Amino acid sequence: MKLLKLIPDDTNIRFLRWRVPFYAVSLLLMAASLALVFTKGLNFGVDFVGGQLVRVTFVEEQVAPIAELREEIDALGYGEPIIQQVGEDNQVSIRMKLPAGAASDPAISAAMATRITETVQAAHPDARIDGVDSVSGKVSDELFETGMLALFLASIGISIYIWVRFEWQFGVGALFALVHDVTLTLGLFAVTGMEFDLNIVAALLTLIGYSLNDTIVIYDRIRENLKKFRKMPLPELLDLSVNETLSRTVVTSTSLLITLVALLVLGPDVIFGFTAAITLGIFVGTYSSIYMAAPILVWLGVKSDSFVPSESAIDRQEKVARGEA
Amino acid sequence: MLDFPFFKRFSLWLITLACAVAAIPSIVSISGYAWPAQLPSPGEVNLGLDLAGGSYILLEADRGEVERQRITAMEESVQAALRRADPRIEFGDMSTAGGRLSFLLDDPTRVDAAREAVLPLLGTGITRDWELEVVDTSRIVLTPTQTGLAAALDTAMESARQVIERRIDAIGTREPTIIREGDTRIVVQVPGLEDPEELKRLLGQTAELEFKLVDTTALASDIEQGIAPPGSEIVPYAPGSDFEGSQIAVKRLGGIRGNSLTSAKPGFDPQTNEPVVDIVFDQQGGARFARLTQDNVGKPFAMILDGQVLSAPNILQPILSGQAQISGGFTTEAATELAISLQSGALPVELKVVDESNISAELGADSIEKGTIAFVVGTLALMLFIIVTYGRFGIYACVALVLNFLMILGIMAVANTTLTLPGIAGFVLTIGAAVDANVLINERIREERKRGRKVIAAVEHGYQEASRAIFDANITNVIAAVLMFAFGSGPVRGFAVVLMIGIATSVFTAVTLTRMWAAGWLRRARPNDIVL
Repeated sequence: MKLLKLIPDDTNIRFLRWRVPFYAVSLLLMAASLALVFTKGLNFGVDFVGGQLVRVTFVEEQVAPIAELREEIDALGYGEPIIQQVGEDNQVSIRMKLPAGAASDPAISAAMATRITETVQAAHPDARIDGVDSVSGKVSDELFETGMLALFLASIGISIYIWVRFEWQFGVGALFALVHDVTLTLGLFAVTGMEFDLNIVAALLTLIGYSLNDTIVIYDRIRENLKKFRKMPLPELLDLSVNETLSRTVVTSTSLLITLVALLVLGPDVIFGFTAAITLGIFVGTYSSIYMAAPILVWLGVKSDSFVPSESAIDRQEKVARGEA
Repeated sequence: MLDFPFFKRFSLWLITLACAVAAIPSIVSISGYAWPAQLPSPGEVNLGLDLAGGSYILLEADRGEVERQRITAMEESVQAALRRADPRIEFGDMSTAGGRLSFLLDDPTRVDAAREAVLPLLGTGITRDWELEVVDTSRIVLTPTQTGLAAALDTAMESARQVIERRIDAIGTREPTIIREGDTRIVVQVPGLEDPEELKRLLGQTAELEFKLVDTTALASDIEQGIAPPGSEIVPYAPGSDFEGSQIAVKRLGGIRGNSLTSAKPGFDPQTNEPVVDIVFDQQGGARFARLTQDNVGKPFAMILDGQVLSAPNILQPILSGQAQISGGFTTEAATELAISLQSGALPVELKVVDESNISAELGADSIEKGTIAFVVGTLALMLFIIVTYGRFGIYACVALVLNFLMILGIMAVANTTLTLPGIAGFVLTIGAAVDANVLINERIREERKRGRKVIAAVEHGYQEASRAIFDANITNVIAAVLMFAFGSGPVRGFAVVLMIGIATSVFTAVTLTRMWAAGWLRRARPNDIVL
């Protein structure tokens, strides 16, 4: 039986030769993403800004009558609704700002939701109300803060662990790769205007998990090679480590993409944004492990004797086997 | 590394199968069939509202209101205690301004007697609920302590939770989840309920019923301007009542609360045929009600619900039976709801809906169906890819993957956790990590073979060397999961829980179990070469 090998043996791509241009491009992209996030802003869901969201499916129609809906709801006098298509063509989400005074009296926003759903159902008998969300401004601020805090603390905690297990340069490298991944993903959300809600925070966390996994695998190999090849120049050693783990990187990423593409194509609409974010994260994460997390070690000046005291019996055997000792 | 004695193999299989079997009832019920009640079940994974449909309501209490209530209650107790003292302690200028209760003794020499009288009210625990201070020799100031306030808030929220539970039970809703969150919040989740209006009305009603004497000395012009005579307060009439839109002055103290009822039922007034609520006081409440009506025959008294007057009839004769009828221009529905609320007891504090979300069950069912199909297709494609890439070792990895899935579900079922959308993300991440562990191991075995190691040594080395990276990667995920659980809210926590369980099971299945199978095969077949 012949097994599949996506990466031929003895592949030797000199990834690090292009580290400067890649870093330049990445830094530019990060800057652009940040600029976009601050100027254009993210399309926050009601989770984060407060407000009301009504999801409607028009069961007997192919395409939701968005223009009509906008007029009907506008006529109610609660302000202009934001109506977006979600998933199928006949599904929409209607978003409203919370009416004045809703912060002190929740009954006001409840009344608004009722009037909107009643109006929609009266005008379109086939409208099925799929859900109503109503989040007060106070709760939404809190959700945003706790979500971001969890994200921030998780990144810091992880970096500290890597610093302890490896060297400080590795901790910094992993943290930088994380910031890179999160920034680019946020940039994508800013560009496309996809809704950014609490579920996307979970997607970001997943993405960080994957990316970190990749980074650690490469770092682990760098650590091992640093012990083995004390004389090798660092860029060469990093290239060797990336190449040695390349087959694993490709197989793992392919496996994940297979599952994610199935979820994207066949999965429910509610998780589309979420799956899309993770899928993007696989590419960004793999890229950042190779081009962000590894080259930074050169610039941060990892010493080739960083891991010498822990030289183990296996490594010595290794050298004996190769006739180096 | 490759040594697996019998007892070790036996216990590994036992753990695996026990967890996997625990998942069966959950799988059956998620697929839409009911798990037969005769069969034992370790519990099931609940689907979150975002998957199954239903209503989510987040209620919040006002901390300040609890504090104010507590001071008012203290004011009444202190007055009673000072009057009971022998001889009676005279005082004046009682005020609750600034969140503190202060009053002036008429006779400064009785400071010690007053202190003695008030002392039992200050809390009996290790830490005082109130601090007592004497200012300028004759003014006594009581300040609530933080611990006292926290305890009061805790008690209020706990009893609020129980009241909510009783009210929801009364309208016959199935399997609600009612949990406290933080200091001042209560989360109510009701699967399957799509229109929560009735529920919200029920929960929004504090249902604090009070009977207070009407202050007949107040001038109509003062009442209109909202000025109450000393010792009285202005209360508006409730919407729907006979004098809707106007106000009335009632005596602040000396009334009774309707929280000591044995029953409350909707009914009709025999004369007017108007919907009313018939209430029966318990013994103590009945006695107090009897005294109030006896002492004030011919005077009007107001029935006040949640700070609004329902009606203010004259007391025609003393009511000694402990039964009363509450009227206030109710509809039949309103009378029924009020009866439920009164029967279940008053909420100790007003609760406001601050976050609400309703998901239709149809959408939920649709999500589950599509999600399941996508998951199965994705997993099968993934397995095919892994087997094509790693052959025999790929099969081990796939079996481990299925067992991993079952184990996560099984443990979640036993722990009675809820699976939400972010939880599925956690699933995807752990499955990814499990696949990655096997990829790492198999790639390493390949490498070791290429370097010329013999089969057994290569497998042994593969596991050993790969374990280090797997260990580090999983520890970082654990760190992330723990921090997310500790600091995140709702969805983030749901993600973290699945991640924590999944990390444990995926290391177990992807590393330990596959190693056991590989070792068994190597021992039996003693291959000279492996296809990898």
